[in-house]
Amino acid sequence: MRRQDSIWNRVDWLIITVFFILVILGWLNIYAVVYDAEESQNIFSLDLNSGKQLAFIAGSLIIIIAIMILDSKFFESFAYYIFALIIVLLILVLTPLGTEIAGNQSWFTIGSFRLQPSEFGKFATALAVAKYFSSRNVRLDRFTEQIKSSLFVLVPLSLIVLQGDVGTAMVFISFIIVYYREGLPSFYVITGLSAAVIFILTLLVDQLYLTIGVIMLATIIIVINNKRLKNIGITILVGVVVIGVIQSVDYVISDVLKPHQQNRLKALVNPDADPLGYGWNVTQSKIAIGSGGTFGKGFLEGTQTKFDFVPEQSTDFIFCTIGEEHGWAGSFVLIVLFLVLMVRIIFLAERQKSNFARIYGYAVAGIFFFHFGINIGMTIGLFPVAGIPLPFFSYGGSSLWSFTILLFVLVKLDAHRMQVLTR
Amino acid sequence: MIENRKYIIQVLIVVVGIVFLGKLFSIQVMDSRYKLAAENNVINKVVQYPYRGLILDRNNKIIVHNTPVYDIMVVPKEVEVPDTAAFCNLLNITEEEFTAKTQKAKQYSYIKQSLFYPQLSNEEFAKIQTRLVEYKGFYPVARTVRKYPEPILANGLGYIGEVSKRQLQRDTTNYYKQGDFIGISGIEAAYEEELRGKRGVKYKLVNVRGIEKGSFNDGKFDTLSVPGNNLISTIDLDLQKYAEYLMDDKVGSIVAIEPSTGEILAFVNSPSYDPNLLAGRNYGKNFSELNKDTLKPLFNRPIMAQYRPGSVFKLVQSLIALQEGVVVPSTRIVCNRGIINCHGSHTNADLHDAIKYSCNPYFYQTFKRIVQQGKVEGMNKDARVGLTTWNNYLSDFGFGRRLGIDIPNESTGLVPDPGYYDYYYQKDHWNFYTIYSLSIGEGELLTTPLQVANLASILANRGHYIRPHMVKGIDTPDSYYKIQYDRQETGIDSVHFTTVVDAMGEIVDGTARVARVKDIQIAGKTGTVQNKNSFDHSAFMAFAPKENPQIAISVYVENAGWGGGVAAAITGLLIEKYIKGEVASNRVWVENYVMTKAYLNNL
Repeated sequence: MRRQDSIWNRVDWLIITVFFILVILGWLNIYAVVYDAEESQNIFSLDLNSGKQLAFIAGSLIIIIAIMILDSKFFESFAYYIFALIIVLLILVLTPLGTEIAGNQSWFTIGSFRLQPSEFGKFATALAVAKYFSSRNVRLDRFTEQIKSSLFVLVPLSLIVLQGDVGTAMVFISFIIVYYREGLPSFYVITGLSAAVIFILTLLVDQLYLTIGVIMLATIIIVINNKRLKNIGITILVGVVVIGVIQSVDYVISDVLKPHQQNRLKALVNPDADPLGYGWNVTQSKIAIGSGGTFGKGFLEGTQTKFDFVPEQSTDFIFCTIGEEHGWAGSFVLIVLFLVLMVRIIFLAERQKSNFARIYGYAVAGIFFFHFGINIGMTIGLFPVAGIPLPFFSYGGSSLWSFTILLFVLVKLDAHRMQVLTR
Repeated sequence: MIENRKYIIQVLIVVVGIVFLGKLFSIQVMDSRYKLAAENNVINKVVQYPYRGLILDRNNKIIVHNTPVYDIMVVPKEVEVPDTAAFCNLLNITEEEFTAKTQKAKQYSYIKQSLFYPQLSNEEFAKIQTRLVEYKGFYPVARTVRKYPEPILANGLGYIGEVSKRQLQRDTTNYYKQGDFIGISGIEAAYEEELRGKRGVKYKLVNVRGIEKGSFNDGKFDTLSVPGNNLISTIDLDLQKYAEYLMDDKVGSIVAIEPSTGEILAFVNSPSYDPNLLAGRNYGKNFSELNKDTLKPLFNRPIMAQYRPGSVFKLVQSLIALQEGVVVPSTRIVCNRGIINCHGSHTNADLHDAIKYSCNPYFYQTFKRIVQQGKVEGMNKDARVGLTTWNNYLSDFGFGRRLGIDIPNESTGLVPDPGYYDYYYQKDHWNFYTIYSLSIGEGELLTTPLQVANLASILANRGHYIRPHMVKGIDTPDSYYKIQYDRQETGIDSVHFTTVVDAMGEIVDGTARVARVKDIQIAGKTGTVQNKNSFDHSAFMAFAPKENPQIAISVYVENAGWGGGVAAAITGLLIEKYIKGEVASNRVWVENYVMTKAYLNNL
């Protein structure tokens, strides 16, 4: 017996509710950024970012309906085609067809609208990765499979790096969560995390002390755990590698990274060194958030964000407005909403019967998690400044639509999970 | 276990969320620095400089007022100067100066205003005003500087200047801020707290570019600036002007006092300077030039110069002797020029004639009678007692100490006391014969022109004086406050003044005839200050009219010779000018006599 009820009875209303709360809060918040007490402004005015954002929200409603109407098999079937299309667009944007804005060759300009293909690259990659892993039995513990499957991520990532948009490229690292869930040996994750930790430590602590610390730690491990010669060998090997990484950090910072990227790292470690120079963004962002106190200054009452002290306030540093106007309480609500969203996505992913939908769900969770983590992390000085938006809050059509698509394709897949035959 | 990884991932997400909330808690709730930083960001404190109080003369004529000047401020972040050369030309600065000034402003702040070019006058500003708007980032800010309609009374008024680092450190009230102006000398310094007014503050919200976005909290914390109080000075502007005119090309000073009140009518230092030189942009340059001038225009002679009083001092000796009863008006003493030289035709004068003829032997003997009264055994010990008595009288007359005029830097003069001689001659190794030069106002004695004018005041009042001062009242917006100055007694009975004053009246009819004014009886005394290596200083002291005196005056003209000459002539002219309002046409020759003598050549 097949139930003939509407798709709206089968979708996950919890996640849709959270989505709408976030979108509406985001919209009000954008109005707070552009609000100027001295001018009579209409939140709906298309002259304002708030009016435009409302138009984008309307656009995303159309996208949602379109996704719901499309056949649930469409995304799985066309995953590679969509991926190929986006790859072509990512290449084309590097040609003179693309437009360069603020040093990033990432945009197509069509009339008065601008489109950022890299925003949709995340969705396309999520589809392609899900399709690849679900269509055959990929053994991620094998080195060749690791290399092959990683190409789905590395190709768009490299193209986006070529555009100069390191922030967005960084989001593609989120696919490590998918790979991890699908069986990538822990070794890679642990190595990656350890390298990052050592890197950060090197920035914070003098190299000499760090080297001495590593040697001492290795010695202690050997003394306590000296039963087997093999363990001692591994410990020494790891120690030597770690010291090598420590010694190479200087080279990486001064020779591989661009000056503005070096400064972002320096600002993360010590924003007070040059608060008017490279530390400006982080310093002002923290001042704005910190000045909000426990309950904030009230809606539309913020001064730091309104008076342009915080850069990129409607896009990358949008969280400052929430911190300033709604204080810790507001930040708490926002962070909890995002945590609910992400945990719910994983919940949806885990209840899928189809591998495609599950893997896709994890990709969505990973992408949201990276945006959330990197964006808020940078505004409060826990992560280097990287220009990526906060989902549903940062102003901009491309970003809103790409997150809407990401999320609602999962909602659509989830609504049809019972129609899928388990393989 | 691959299945466990879904939990690891969820835990990771939640942990990141908790870390964020923790970090947010620390910067939003725990740390108040950010709130302060935010206020500093957006709240621009605009100081409203108060209008410094005016200084008026005794007839409410303006001596000092304020005039607007324009400071050119710069906001480095906004600066757009397409043509540096043209801009420099506009402000008349070199390109090196332009670079240096811009650099200095950048060091202070990129987004806050700092001073680029100070104090353009109204006229200068009018010339560049229309062209200045072509250059972004430069803003004129109006403030005021002191302006003196007449270039007079510079040393009495003093000047204002930027508050120094040391003054800032000592300012316990925290009134002053870097860049504020403060009275540095004269009335400006003495009455700083009355004149300065109260700074106001406006808190304005500004955006990152420093553009105003309205007032903070609807101006709840704003304060209005309160203008300083006006000072009513004792100076008679017309008399002061005339006195300065007469002292042209001479070195010296004039102090004129209204005896009944102690109000200083004229206070002349010569040579002086135009007080406008020390107000405004060229303060530093002009100050160093004035400071280097060998004629020392910044030296405030009326209260700082110290001269030996000379013959003028015989009046004091007479009064002390009369009070001590060591002479009476009829006491005659032989003019024995063997002990001390003398002049004029007199042989056995009484006190009246001794004053009139300035008989040196008479006062030699008189002083001997004061000092050696025989109260104590032994001449040296007796002299100590006598000198102490004499010291006390002189102190009551205001000599050897500060009179307490209401402007700073007054000198004490010098009246030697027993301790002074003990130092030079050892204790009890001196007596009258060691110190007899004091008897005729010579020796170690030093007095300031103010002290001598005050002596004239004492004589005019027959025994007392009111502490001399330059400011008599303070005019606040809603009231007038008259300052009380204390009355000092000299301890000389008024009856003893008759002989002395009578004799002074005859001096003007005799030796100092040039001072005589029709219908006004002047009581005066010449004083010639002898100098070892140069011409004598001409000094004259007088008050008039003899009965119900209105003005007491002392005039010093350095290196101008005999006291009955130029100093007496100037005294007469000033008395006439003050009491009659103008100098009679038949006395223009006296003015010419004074004006044609350029005593600077005698230096």
